Amino acid sequence: MDFKDAYVWVNVEFILRGFLMTLEVAAAAIALSFLIGCIAGTARYMRIPAVSPVAAFLVETVRNLPLLLIIFFTKFALPEIGIKLGVAEAAIAALTVFEAAMISEIVRSGLNSIPKGQIEASRSSGLTSFQTLWHIVLPQGLRRMVPPLVSQFISLLKDTSLAVIISLPELMHNANIVIGHNYRTAVPILVLAAILYFAANFTLSLVSRRLETRMA
Amino acid sequence: MLDFSILTDHFGTYLTGLGQTVYASVLALAGSFLLGTLLAVFRITPAKPLRWIGTAYVEFVRNIPLLLVVFLFFLGLPPLGVVLSPFACGTLGLTVYTAAFIAEAVRAGILSVPKGQMEAARSSGLSYGMSMRLIVLPQAVKIVIPPLNNQFINLIKNSSILSVISGFDLMFYADRIASETFVIFSTYIFAGLFYLLLTVPLSFATGWLERRLARND
Repeated sequence: MDFKDAYVWVNVEFILRGFLMTLEVAAAAIALSFLIGCIAGTARYMRIPAVSPVAAFLVETVRNLPLLLIIFFTKFALPEIGIKLGVAEAAIAALTVFEAAMISEIVRSGLNSIPKGQIEASRSSGLTSFQTLWHIVLPQGLRRMVPPLVSQFISLLKDTSLAVIISLPELMHNANIVIGHNYRTAVPILVLAAILYFAANFTLSLVSRRLETRMA
Repeated sequence: MLDFSILTDHFGTYLTGLGQTVYASVLALAGSFLLGTLLAVFRITPAKPLRWIGTAYVEFVRNIPLLLVVFLFFLGLPPLGVVLSPFACGTLGLTVYTAAFIAEAVRAGILSVPKGQMEAARSSGLSYGMSMRLIVLPQAVKIVIPPLNNQFINLIKNSSILSVISGFDLMFYADRIASETFVIFSTYIFAGLFYLLLTVPLSFATGWLERRLARND
């Protein structure tokens, strides 16, 4: 183990640059997958004819595939049918598809957890089913969704590391390059990477706890 | 659009990979179930140092990527003079990683067993370890089965990480087929179908188990 050689500024800066890429890709994928996941989850909850079964099929398929395969597929198989994406776009697209499927399940079960009586009461007091969703079910459901959503975002942030297979210059990719130059730096470099991931995820869970207390 | 000759020509290769994926997942499931249960017991035991170890392990491992854990075995051990096969590194990494999640599931299961059970066991003369092993854990199992099944699905999907360190799993063999035939789209569609063959039945089983156990309560 070579701590002195591992933590020279050139290496640390390179690793930090990778970390920044990790955060950027994660932020983009979190925003997109939250949006799509909410729409898909609500569509399944509302049992919209034609849309719901299709969403269910897609969600179940994507959820049961390895993310690694989806990332690889997005970058290297889609060009065969004319869809060419850059490395970062492919990573964001693949992460978004996979995590949106997970998030749609969280949204659906969050909405389902609202007692039927609330919906019946709201409908019989004259609100339309959309108004019921918007004013009654969503505000209560969202509060219950916060903890599982945040743990899904934490998974997403960790999963960005799988983009090493398409050579996205993110944290694990850069760490791997540094280690490739000198194998004795492996443990110190991996420890540094672990600390960075831990710090980012721990911040996310602190935000989640803050949100929960504020919304309660 | 789909080139079925890929499937017929390389069926044996796919099956070999599928076997290795199942093998790695089952080994890691067994290992992480044992380690996870131990950690869960650590986290709720009255002994403070053990509790601290359990909590630190779970919180740390849950917040770092699986790839990093696997790299610790694959890249971190050789400079210390320990060289394991890629398959062993991958399976060990999966075990260490999944144990943290299983520990949480088992802990929730143990905490759901009413306190009176432990008190009754202790006051009838059983030691803490014996009460845990003979009275509390068997009752916790019922609650733990659905989340454990979910972890097994995750394990099968996550085992694809073996391909990154050339660990001879399904994804690795798919990479090999693709690099021999230059047919990427079909190769990975079929690889995906093989994964679904494993995960979809398990996913249905989880849903069925959850409904059944809910009915019994």
